[in-house]
Amino acid sequence: MTRFWLLRILRTVLTLWFVVTFTFVVLRTSGDPVIALVGADATTEEVEQFRALWRLDDPLWIQYFRYIMQMATGQFGISYRDGREVFDIIAERIPWTLMLGVFAYIGAILIGVPAGIIAAIKRGSTFDNLIMATAVFGFALPNFFLGILLILLFSLSLQWLPSSGTGTIWHLVMPALTLATFTAGTLARFTRSAMLEVLDKLYIRAAAAKGVGYWKRIILHALPNASIPLVTIIGLNLGELIGGAIVVETVFAWPGIGRLLVTAVSSRDLAVVQGLVLVMAITMVLANLLVDLMYGLLDPRIRVKN
Amino acid sequence: MKRTSPILLFALAVLFFAFFVAIVGNMFTPHGASQQNLLARLKPPAFMTGSNPNFPLGTDRIGRDMVARLIAGLQMSLSVAIAGTIIGAVLGSLVGFMAAHFRGWVDEALMMLVDFQASLPFILITLTLLAFFGNSMTLFVLLMGLFGWEKYARLSRGVVLSAVNQPYAKAIVALGAGNGRLYIRHILPNIASALIVQVTLTFPQIILLETSLSFLGLGIQAPQTSLGQILGDGRDYLSTAWWISVWPGAVIFLVTLSMSIVGDWLRDRLDPMLRERAT
Repeated sequence: MTRFWLLRILRTVLTLWFVVTFTFVVLRTSGDPVIALVGADATTEEVEQFRALWRLDDPLWIQYFRYIMQMATGQFGISYRDGREVFDIIAERIPWTLMLGVFAYIGAILIGVPAGIIAAIKRGSTFDNLIMATAVFGFALPNFFLGILLILLFSLSLQWLPSSGTGTIWHLVMPALTLATFTAGTLARFTRSAMLEVLDKLYIRAAAAKGVGYWKRIILHALPNASIPLVTIIGLNLGELIGGAIVVETVFAWPGIGRLLVTAVSSRDLAVVQGLVLVMAITMVLANLLVDLMYGLLDPRIRVKN
Repeated sequence: MKRTSPILLFALAVLFFAFFVAIVGNMFTPHGASQQNLLARLKPPAFMTGSNPNFPLGTDRIGRDMVARLIAGLQMSLSVAIAGTIIGAVLGSLVGFMAAHFRGWVDEALMMLVDFQASLPFILITLTLLAFFGNSMTLFVLLMGLFGWEKYARLSRGVVLSAVNQPYAKAIVALGAGNGRLYIRHILPNIASALIVQVTLTFPQIILLETSLSFLGLGIQAPQTSLGQILGDGRDYLSTAWWISVWPGAVIFLVTLSMSIVGDWLRDRLDPMLRERAT
């Protein structure tokens, strides 16, 4: 068991090291890193100051190690657009993305998991077909288009909800819904197939034979056994969610890190891009670690095997 | 879930129509995709009042014909997706074959790269490279090709590893066939169906990725256009000219939906085992 955890943590550290190396290599191969980080219109004086600050005349491997240390301590550099610390710029946007992400995730689980369970129980019924068709639709509908359709319907036609920005809880509804749709569709499909696999098992029949009630069988006997693939998919979907946030936040002018990334990329504010990539990558990698550790908690067989 | 044939027929018809229009559509529209008609700006589609009969699907903010724009956008989105799919499939399969052939540290190193790419949302990698290297058509198409290569690599590596131990592969080697002959003539045909199924999965995903990036203004740049870019253009005109965004969105939706339906069907037809594993 300790070996499993150690290996898993080692892999996580390795992936993080890959990510930092990736940004370092990209930064170095794309041109003069000083120009890249302070902007092309910086004065010679500023460039020299920066060069001295980052000690860019040192051998490359020393710079590389220093770079890793800087990234590890959150020194992402300075945004050339407003001269502020990248770390601060990102930190003040994170709560917005968290708020949006948490709402979308809870929404997706509340819609997707029950829909999948019911589809599995009523396998082959109209309801099952309807849910699966909706899931396929959700998969093919690009989130930016869904967002636009929602704006057209709820903001412009019905005038029920604000089309963009922040301020009230109502501003959160459409971005969260847009973000939740794809995840809910995926969750519904996976819940359905995971439940179908479990519902035929002998222990469910044994529970029925022993007189356990229908819903108790579903919730207490089937669902926990179907939860392993579900946790995997919930973890994997975090990546989709981060990718989705980049688009959805832009559609609804939501001031989170996704929209920050888009504006930073289009204005080539590279210090901000670099910081954001690291923050997002670290989040993803840690989430995957968490998912793997959850397996051990959920399934004693995995704990014993390793 | 059972696919009824009318849905499949519909999907095939949509795909056929989309490719047909992308190839020959230009011949049927009198307007160019970038031809401006400043007297006919923001004209609604034909079924609404105030429409102009010359522009059946309406015009955009500088009076460009939506039909011509959609055809140009469809051409671009489909070509980029085709190029990206081919690059990704060839590159990924090659990596998978190499990992399975050399094993040892080559395998380890290649699979580490695969894990790295799989551990990040691809849009993040794309955005980083676009930000640092600047946007160009070549880089953009290459990036679309990098999407999904890791899936082909994993797939082909796994299949090759199990195939080389099959009696037929051993027999071919015993008969004196070289590696190239073994992999290309004998193993590749055996894993072709799995690769084709993977293509039907990545193709719509590349369309979605390209249109997302173009929608954000970070993908295909003017004067070129793509379905996502047209949609993004229309975002500022939602209250006055919804059609600029809705038409390209509907086209993207129909094409990706049809591709998924056809992909599901192909998976059933070509590889029942894969179907069991995937659901």
